[in-house]
Amino acid sequence: MNKKTKTPLIHITKRDALPWYKSWGIRAAAILLALIVCSVITTTMTGENPLQVYATIFNGSFGSPRKVWVLLQNIAMLLCIALAVTPAFKMRFWNIGGEGQVLAGALAAAACMICLRDTLPNALVIVCMCVSSILAGALWGFIPAYFKAKYNTNETLFTLMMNYVAMQLVAYFVIVWENPKGSGQIGIINQSTEIGWFPQIGSYKYLLNILIVAVVTILMYFYLNYTKHGYEIAVVGESERTARYVGIKVDKVIVRTMILSGAVCGLCGLLLVGSTNHTLTTSIADGRGFTAVMVSWLAKFNPIWMIFTSFLLVFLSRGAGEISTAFGLNQSFSEILTGIILFFIIGSEFFITYKINFRKSAGKEVASHV
Amino acid sequence: MKKLVALLLALTLCIGLCACGATAEKPAEENPATTGETETPATAAKDIKVGFIFLHDENSTYDLNFINAAKAAAAELGLSDDQVMMKTNIAESQACYDAAAELVDAGCDLVITDSFGHESFALAAAKDFPEVQFVSCTGVKAHTEGLSNFHNAFASIYEGRYLAGVAAGLKLNEMIENGDITAEEAKMGYVGAYPYAEVKSGYTSFFLGARSICPSVTMEVTFTSSWYDEALEKEAANKLINNGCVLISQHADSMGAPTACETAGVPNVSYNGSTVAACPNTFIVSSRIDWTPFFVYAINCVTAGEDIGYDWTGTLATGSVVLTDVNEAAAAAGTADKIAEVMKSLEDGSLKVFDTATFTVNGETLTTYLADVDDLGDYVGETEVISDGVFLESFYRSAPYFDLDIDGITNLDA
Repeated sequence: MNKKTKTPLIHITKRDALPWYKSWGIRAAAILLALIVCSVITTTMTGENPLQVYATIFNGSFGSPRKVWVLLQNIAMLLCIALAVTPAFKMRFWNIGGEGQVLAGALAAAACMICLRDTLPNALVIVCMCVSSILAGALWGFIPAYFKAKYNTNETLFTLMMNYVAMQLVAYFVIVWENPKGSGQIGIINQSTEIGWFPQIGSYKYLLNILIVAVVTILMYFYLNYTKHGYEIAVVGESERTARYVGIKVDKVIVRTMILSGAVCGLCGLLLVGSTNHTLTTSIADGRGFTAVMVSWLAKFNPIWMIFTSFLLVFLSRGAGEISTAFGLNQSFSEILTGIILFFIIGSEFFITYKINFRKSAGKEVASHV
Repeated sequence: MKKLVALLLALTLCIGLCACGATAEKPAEENPATTGETETPATAAKDIKVGFIFLHDENSTYDLNFINAAKAAAAELGLSDDQVMMKTNIAESQACYDAAAELVDAGCDLVITDSFGHESFALAAAKDFPEVQFVSCTGVKAHTEGLSNFHNAFASIYEGRYLAGVAAGLKLNEMIENGDITAEEAKMGYVGAYPYAEVKSGYTSFFLGARSICPSVTMEVTFTSSWYDEALEKEAANKLINNGCVLISQHADSMGAPTACETAGVPNVSYNGSTVAACPNTFIVSSRIDWTPFFVYAINCVTAGEDIGYDWTGTLATGSVVLTDVNEAAAAAGTADKIAEVMKSLEDGSLKVFDTATFTVNGETLTTYLADVDDLGDYVGETEVISDGVFLESFYRSAPYFDLDIDGITNLDA
C-alpha cells in the first residue's frame, strides 16, 4: 500500500490572529503596491506624471476649505448609511437595501416640504419631516425583516428589491411634483421661501449634517458595544441557535434591529433632502446604499473605523473628479485607479485572514507572505 | 468566515466591473462648424477665467457638443488651458452648487452649466456669488428671477430640427419611389427623453419638416424618462422599429438609438452631432446647437464688463443652429441641396416652422395659445404666443415652450 498522500502545489490555511502591527503592515504594503501599479498604468496610458496625479487626488479633498467641507459632508452621508446597515450586518442580516431606505426617507421629507408648505409654519414642517422620514426609513427596513422573521424569506433579495420599489415610487412622485411640466425634475424645493430647510450653523452649510452624523456614530458605537441590544445582536450574528438557547427572541431582535437600520437610513434621506440638496431625485442616494456595505465590511463593523474607511472611499472619489478637471482625463480613468486601490485593499484582507502554503520539494511547508 | 471571503471576492469583482464599465463607444468628434464671422477682440480676454459644469462627459453626445464648443471658443479667443476649467459628471443636485462654488474659488469670472436640471443650483450659487456671472444653458428662470448675474441661453434649434426633418422626408420619398414602402407606411419613430416642451418642440418641428416633403408621413414618439440611458434608448428605438417605423430620430443623449438603427439597418436622423463614425450605413444628417458663438459672446461680455442679457437666443444667422455634413451613403439624392434651399427661406423669413396653417391640434387650426413662458410652477400659461398665424417659438424666452400635441404624431406612452 502506498501511504504517500499527494500534497497540492498551493494550499491555503487559516491564520491565527495576527498581531496588529503585522496586519497593518500587510495593509500598508497593499496600499503601497496599489500606488505603484497605479503609477505604472498612469504613465503608460496617459503619459502624466503619477506623482502629480497623486497630488491632484489629494487636492481634490484638501485643496481649499470648501473642498474640505464637501469632503466632510460626503463622508458624513456615507458614514451615516454605513452606520445604519452595520447592526443588521452584525447579526448576519444582509441588508443591501440602504439605498431604498434612504430614498424612502428622502421621499417622506420632500413630501412634507411640498405638501405642508402652505399649511404649517416652518418649524412644524421640519418636525413633520424628521418624524416622517425616520418612520418611512424604518418601515422600509421593517418590511423585509418581518418577512424574514415570520416566513424566513431571503433578506438579501428582499432588501435589494425594496430598493427598486423605492426608486420607482420616487420616480413617480418626481413626475407628480415636477416643474416645469414634463421635465422630469423638481428643482430646488421652496427656493424662495426656504420652508423645510434645515437651519444653517453660521456660514457653514454642512456643519449641521456633520455634527448629527458624529453624534450618531458615537451612539451607534455604544449601542453595539455596551448595551444589551448590542450584545443580543452579536449573539444572533454568531449563532442563532445559541441565541435561542440562551433565551434571546431572535425574531424580535431581527425586526427591532432592521427598524433601527432603516430609521438611520431614513435620517440620512432626511439630511440629504432637508439639509443638503433641497430636492428629490431617484439618484439622490447616489449609490451610497451599496458603497456603505463596503465601508462597513472594511471597518469590520466598527463604527469608529468606519470613519476612516468612509474617508478613504470619499477621498478617492473626490480625487477622481479632480483628476478629470485638472488633466482633462475622462473620469473613468480615475475610477480605474480607484478600482485598483480598492482591489488591493480588499485583497490584503485575504492575506491577513489566510496564509498561502507552497509545496516544498523536501515536503517542508514554509509560509509565504504577500 | 467563508461567507466573509465570498463577500469580499464578490465585492472585488463588483469593483473591478465598475471600473471597467464605462467604455461606451464615443461618437465621432466633429469640426466645430462655421463661426468665423463673430467680431472678436482677441486680446481682451487675457485675465478672464471661465468654468464649465457638465452633467456627463464626452460619452454623452449632448455634453460632447458642449465640450467641443467650449474648446472651440477658448481657441478662438486665445484662452490658455489655465483659463478654462471643466467639471464633468456633475449631478443635478447640491453637487452642482459645490462645483460652481469651487470654480468661483478657483477664480472663475464666468460659470456656465449645460444641463437644464442644474439651473436651480446655479441660481443658488449666483445669489451667493454676486460678483461672478452665471449662465444656465437651456434654463428658463433668468427672465423672471431678475438677478443681474444670472443668465439663460438657448438657440432656435427647432429650425435645425425642421431642416433635419426635410432630410428625413426626402429619404422617405426615396423609399416610397423605390417601392420599399407604400406612402401609408411612411411612419417615423422618435425616441424622446421627457415629454417636456424642449423635446416636444424638437420632435414637432422635425415632423413638420418631414411632412413638408412627404405629406403622408406619420410619427410615433416614446419617452425614456432619462436624458442619458444607453440601454433604454436602444430598447426604445428597437420598439419603434418593431412597430414598423422606417426611420428613427431621437432627442436623448446616448448612442443607444443610433446604434440600434445601425444594427437594424434603419435610417437615423441624429441630434447633437454626427454619429457617422459609429453608424456609417444609416446616419443621414444631424442637427445641433453650436454653442461656440454664444460662449464667445458671453466671454467677451464679461471681459468688457458688459451685460450678457438675461436670455440669449442663437439662430441660423448667429451660426448657433447648424447641421452636420449629409452622409451620402444613407441620405436620399439631392438632400444637401434641398436643405440649403429650405435654410435660405427660413433665414429670409419667408418660411416659418410653426406656421399654424401647416398643423392642427385635435383637428382644429390654432388661432390662440397661452404658453407657460414664465414657468412659475403653476403650470398655467400666461403669454399669448400665436401672432399672424405663427406660433412664436423661442421669442418670449430662449428655451422652447411649444408643448402642443399636434395631429399626425402618436405618443406611445400617453
